[in-house]
Amino acid sequence: MSGAIGPHRVLSVAGLTTSFRSNRQWRPVVSDLSFHLDQRETLAIVGESGSGKSMTALSLMGLVTAANGRVEGEAVLNGRDLLKLFEPEMRKVRGNELAMIFQEPMTSLNPVMRIGAQIAESLHYHRGADWGAARIEALRLLDLVRIPDSGRRLDDYPHQFSGGMRQRVMIAMALACRPKLLIADEPTTALDVTVQAEILELMKELQREQGMALLFITHDMGVVAEIADRVLVMWRGNKVEEAPVRELFAAPQANYTRALIGAVPRLGAMRGEANPRRFTVIDPIDGRSVATEAETPPVTDTAPLLEVAQLTTRYPITSGILGQVSARVHAVENVSFSLRRGETLALVGESGCGKSTAGRTILRLIEPTSGVIRFDGQDIARLDQHQLKAIRPKLQMIFQDPYASLDPRQPVGRAITEPMRVHGMATAADAMDRAAAALVKVGLDPAMAQRLPHEFSGGQRQRIAIARALALGPKLIVADEAVSALDVSVKAQILNLMLDLQSEFGLSYLFISHDMAVVERFSHRVAVMYMGEIVEIGPRRAVIGNPQHPYTRRLLDAVPIADPSVRRRMRSRLAGQELPSPIRPPGYTPPERIWRTVDEGHFVQDVA
Amino acid sequence: MLVYLIRRTGLALITGLAVLTLVFCVVRILPGKPSHVILGDFASQAAIDALDKRIGLDRPIPVQYLDFMGKAVTGNWGVSMVTDRPVIAEILSVLPWTLELTLAALLIGVATGIPLGVLAALKRNRAADNVIRVVSLVGLSFPAFVSAVLLLLIFAIELGWTPVISAKTGSFKAWAQSLALPAINLGLINAAYITRVTRSAMLEVLHADYIRTARAKGVPWYAVVWRHALGNAMLPIVTVIGLFLGILIGNSVLTEIVFNRPGLGKLIVGALSQRDYTMLQGLMVIYTLLVVAVNVLTDLVYGLVDPRVEIR
Amino acid sequence: MSIEAVAAVRPADRAGRPMDAFRSNKLAALGLLLLASIMALAALAPLISWHDPAIQDVVHKLGRPSLSHIFGTDEFGRDIWARTIFGARVSLMIGFASTALAVLIGSCIGILAGWYGGRLDTFVMQVMDVLLAFPSLILGMIVVAMLGPSVSNIVLAIALTSIPPFARIARAPTIAIKSRDFVDACRSFGFSTPRILLGHVLPNIVAEILVMAALWLANAIRTEASLAFVGLGLKPPIATWGGMIREGFDNILDNPWLALVPGTAVLVVIFALNLLGDGLRDAVDPRLKDAT
Repeated sequence: MSGAIGPHRVLSVAGLTTSFRSNRQWRPVVSDLSFHLDQRETLAIVGESGSGKSMTALSLMGLVTAANGRVEGEAVLNGRDLLKLFEPEMRKVRGNELAMIFQEPMTSLNPVMRIGAQIAESLHYHRGADWGAARIEALRLLDLVRIPDSGRRLDDYPHQFSGGMRQRVMIAMALACRPKLLIADEPTTALDVTVQAEILELMKELQREQGMALLFITHDMGVVAEIADRVLVMWRGNKVEEAPVRELFAAPQANYTRALIGAVPRLGAMRGEANPRRFTVIDPIDGRSVATEAETPPVTDTAPLLEVAQLTTRYPITSGILGQVSARVHAVENVSFSLRRGETLALVGESGCGKSTAGRTILRLIEPTSGVIRFDGQDIARLDQHQLKAIRPKLQMIFQDPYASLDPRQPVGRAITEPMRVHGMATAADAMDRAAAALVKVGLDPAMAQRLPHEFSGGQRQRIAIARALALGPKLIVADEAVSALDVSVKAQILNLMLDLQSEFGLSYLFISHDMAVVERFSHRVAVMYMGEIVEIGPRRAVIGNPQHPYTRRLLDAVPIADPSVRRRMRSRLAGQELPSPIRPPGYTPPERIWRTVDEGHFVQDVA
Repeated sequence: MLVYLIRRTGLALITGLAVLTLVFCVVRILPGKPSHVILGDFASQAAIDALDKRIGLDRPIPVQYLDFMGKAVTGNWGVSMVTDRPVIAEILSVLPWTLELTLAALLIGVATGIPLGVLAALKRNRAADNVIRVVSLVGLSFPAFVSAVLLLLIFAIELGWTPVISAKTGSFKAWAQSLALPAINLGLINAAYITRVTRSAMLEVLHADYIRTARAKGVPWYAVVWRHALGNAMLPIVTVIGLFLGILIGNSVLTEIVFNRPGLGKLIVGALSQRDYTMLQGLMVIYTLLVVAVNVLTDLVYGLVDPRVEIR
Repeated sequence: MSIEAVAAVRPADRAGRPMDAFRSNKLAALGLLLLASIMALAALAPLISWHDPAIQDVVHKLGRPSLSHIFGTDEFGRDIWARTIFGARVSLMIGFASTALAVLIGSCIGILAGWYGGRLDTFVMQVMDVLLAFPSLILGMIVVAMLGPSVSNIVLAIALTSIPPFARIARAPTIAIKSRDFVDACRSFGFSTPRILLGHVLPNIVAEILVMAALWLANAIRTEASLAFVGLGLKPPIATWGGMIREGFDNILDNPWLALVPGTAVLVVIFALNLLGDGLRDAVDPRLKDAT
């Protein structure tokens, strides 16, 4: 950390403070931040939402407005203080010595401009290259980021690329002028886990080849362990800790860091354990342990609560003026599984695999094309809406987006009492009492029942959603990516809450998720889905500990492990197959699948 | 691209036929038999029957419909009940005037509206923006005939810069003078709408992620506005301009009346007041055709501007 | 250039921008004030007109503003001021009635089409598109000409051309809300469709509909005046702004006041409603500032 600034030091930041004015007061979002970065080094800035990590990047880039935003301090890049430069000078630095890539590849490219032109732009404006020469260089850059068939793709538009490919294009754009420093703001957060692994591998390799410094911003500790040399932890705008990556994970000093690392599950840590484990929750301020890693009791019931057999959901795609069916999306294809009382079955897979559709079909939010859904002895796939209504309280769902699952105009108390009233479960006064009790049970103050959803944080809203589901006395809760949108520490708390409720009420969970590490900790059994079908199913210990299907292996392989001592071996750098979508021509019948028994309760689809 | 155009033209034609059907229904299903209305309350039944027969209202509705549609499509739009000349001839003789006015108004509107809208968006909430917003709001608050009367009063009557009756041809100067005021009237109202929609489209676009990316690459501001922002903002702007055609046509009717210009507007008002039934039908057909043509043109422009359209 | 001021990043944009809300509230307040003043004038018309709007006084026809006739007289010697404020009654009444009718019918159509989707939606929206395709003023003119210029017919004609925009305005957010999780949550609780539509969908879109209603009211008044101008408004001796402007136009060389006074009046009302609608829209959804 100390020592003279030599030719290898790329960035030196001292006392960076970024504030915004609201209601005539300046509020800092980044406070007195200092760090440095050398050539060929990767510094990861990690934090949860509101930590100021993205704002730090934007402040360095000079993309914070002067009207009601203010940046103070010093940020020296190759001898020049970026924060003292005026806009015309700064513009010459951006995209040139300093480049940045962003989180959302789907919206970060200009939809009406060919990608070749977008890559060539930096070269044209910074190097004065004419468009022809810039185009040739753009082609070389596309090859550099391993986009196949680069010659033809140079003239394509962004919508013709998938998410992972677009991020590669973004990287090509950023590297066009050989920057000394590349800032990457959550570049893989919006991507599937297998695609993420490829992009991370690509970035590491490009860094080696080009020799630039990499400032990598993320909230994912697993990614940090994979890619960083040093780590800087931020919380509420302040630097909390900075250390080399191994030291940080092995012996975190600050309370907040310990809280953060404690809350992150590590894939592989549950090896050998039979039952789910609660998460460690440490108070970030005083370091107290709020919840310990207690093991949960095993499942004793043998009779299944839910039995799904040959469940199939297909959507027609129409085209042409007359609306003929031109193709079908086989969202869920021939899915079968069972779930016992008090058990958690996880449905895992990447985007488009059909896990969400399966969950919604079981709740009859989407109508199944065929199949049996036997819940509590009854086939609910066949019931009409009226008969279904009586069953509904026992089958509940918690949704992914805490901001969208509550009616923004309804006070939260009413949101909880309305379903009770509709089902005639309680009188008006009774319902209010039960709603208050439900709020207490999920850890909220019942006096807040009058408030509107937007007055709560994401984690609190998710608790309200759980209270709402709980108030009806359900037996099965489908959690559709229920914690994916939450911060790491909040995630741990909500999962602990769910485990507690499971023990107390004997709830069964159908846990839909793409996060393998969380799934490993939370579930009894796991089913892996791919292209609408289950390819492997069994006890969690068996499926994750001893994966048989090639897709399961690929999936587990791609998950970043929050432990730097287990660095990955080099994976393939080529752009692998982007996930295909299960669209088939009409009249397509899927081939007969053969299942192989690996172990007790562990089945895998045989690959021909 | 060709496939897209063919499909859009097909859809537009179908819409056109549907509108013609609407026109047919509007005239016949409304109460007050046309012959009765034309001849007045004191006409004898014999006279009404004779007129019915002459117009063709005594035949069964499906026959009338087919007859109407057939004639509409082939261009045999009957004969005016007032002047006894073929409807289509009357319409075609004044159509160039209306087209000329509408085109001039569109040009003025686009040439004024888009730059002002872009300026307002770039100078958001500063003086220029506020002025432009207020002025454009005032501009589109004027009913077309009120602003026309005002312009007439100031420029033609008080100042005498342009003729009071705007129908001169002959020299270029006379033509320009007579076109100026009506075109400005329509054009400025058009410009007010276009300014607003351009401003909002630009603001929406300027907050998009890809603008942030362009800035992060160090693209100079003029290129960000021209290539990145305006290129994307043109999509909603073109759509809205196409939608506002209906308003433009309505306003042109009022403008033509005030400035005493020959055109479809004067024709339709005359046909309504004199109950020239066949002329009315013919006029509605021509309006339908105009709307269909503009829809196809808008789709064409959209197809050229938006690359995603090709894939659909 | 100021592009960085526009395209720069602000944190927590979702929280809204206090300065803008304040300013747009001021605009809306101004519009409301103007509108209320005119409505008050119209309501008090018999008390403040000093002259009966229908009494003719041909001797003093086309008179300039004077002490007894503050804005002069028209070609039949009737007081312009009196006719103008009585004309306000006509315009406001027809405007409100036709807009209310269009809002009710159009919103119902739009919400139901958006909610049920499928064939119903496609069919209904095709019909709406067909109605929208035809220039609205001309369609209104034809309907009034066919039916005759009475209050109810004019209201009907204007409402007919206003229903398609409201159907669109109600349909778009309905479709957006339909796919949001809280609606799925309602369905997972077994709520009936009426309960979901009335209790959960409607409260979330009513604000947008009201904004459009304010803006469309301006349009309705403009259409009423236009119809009167071409001779399809209420017949004399009832005073209408459009009719007065027509008379004024016919006599423009003799007395410009006849056209200017009602012209200013109709301009002020429409401007006030546009201000109100704009301000409301900014308050309801700051993200969509000035989206037409």
